[in-house]
Amino acid sequence: MPVSVTNSRLIYDALKACDVKIMSALPETWLVHLIRMADEDPDMTLVRLAKEEEGIGISAGAHLAGVNSALLMQNHGFLAAINPIVSLALLYKIPLVMLISYRGHMGEKDPWQTQGGLATEPILRALNIPTWHLTSSGDIYRRLKDAQTLAHASLHPVAVLLSRELMWED
Amino acid sequence: MLRADALEAIYPELEQRIVVTIMGAVAAELYMLGHRHNFFYLEHAMGLASSMGLGIALAMPQHPVIVIDGDGSLLMNLGTLSTMARYKPGNLLHIVFDNESLLSVGGFPTATATGTDLAGIARASGIPSVMEANTPENLKASVTKALESKTLTTIIAKVEAIGPKSFHMDLPLLENRFQFKRCLEAMKVQGSRE
Repeated sequence: MPVSVTNSRLIYDALKACDVKIMSALPETWLVHLIRMADEDPDMTLVRLAKEEEGIGISAGAHLAGVNSALLMQNHGFLAAINPIVSLALLYKIPLVMLISYRGHMGEKDPWQTQGGLATEPILRALNIPTWHLTSSGDIYRRLKDAQTLAHASLHPVAVLLSRELMWED
Repeated sequence: MLRADALEAIYPELEQRIVVTIMGAVAAELYMLGHRHNFFYLEHAMGLASSMGLGIALAMPQHPVIVIDGDGSLLMNLGTLSTMARYKPGNLLHIVFDNESLLSVGGFPTATATGTDLAGIARASGIPSVMEANTPENLKASVTKALESKTLTTIIAKVEAIGPKSFHMDLPLLENRFQFKRCLEAMKVQGSRE
């Protein structure tokens, strides 16, 4: 599977540098190595979800309990979690750090991913959620740190879109 | 059983503990019994009180966390039972008041009114301890037992579909959010000193 192990490791290490202790995730192809790394790390609590909505609640709880967390999801999972993002994270000023695999964008071969790809950025803009694109390995560490910093300063969710260029080697 | 009586019976167990409730009658009735900074009322995001409780329980494993859920909310997020069961935090107690109704939006019947069995779903999801309580005394005993057991427990408590006259709470939701976070911080500091 041509998912980049090297870049997954850089992302994982950057999250560790952000003192992330709880990671909630729903598996998707691009995220397999990140989820495995979290699972193998004794200092990380990986919560495997039934649906992405739950992850918004788990991260809200973790934040109120003073622990940094991150969410790993596909953009369709982000779309599935819109109501809790609005009526929990935005309403209650919860600094979510959402790592979203950006399927259905340039280079996508799977037709079923394409509508979600078209909807992702317009919806992030509509929700006024600051968004970083991760496209090059040199940006990973700085952009994840800065995204978390802004989330905590603004008490507002932030999104980091994981691009095909970064995650997929073919 | 009236939910207000049930809450009154278990209030002594809630008083010093981290409590997360759903919105509506549960929140208003607990608030009226006596608000505390360790109580958080999730005033929206139906279904996610248990997910928040799970997040807190995982982040603060030394502290018991009590979630007070309802049938309508739980039915919106049944996956939460399988996720809680997967990690089985022994410091998490999940109480579900089942009035078979979406009371605060007009009393429309939920699926538990037509036979859906939440205790059965919780058991089949793998929750290690599932209890049912039908009187305030019985609920209080179940809560005490669950807290002593240090085992993830779901208690289904059937209650009548009767709520308070007013749902008003003199507590802006952000005030509740910030005071709750401060309170949890203080509990962690105090816990580490003990």
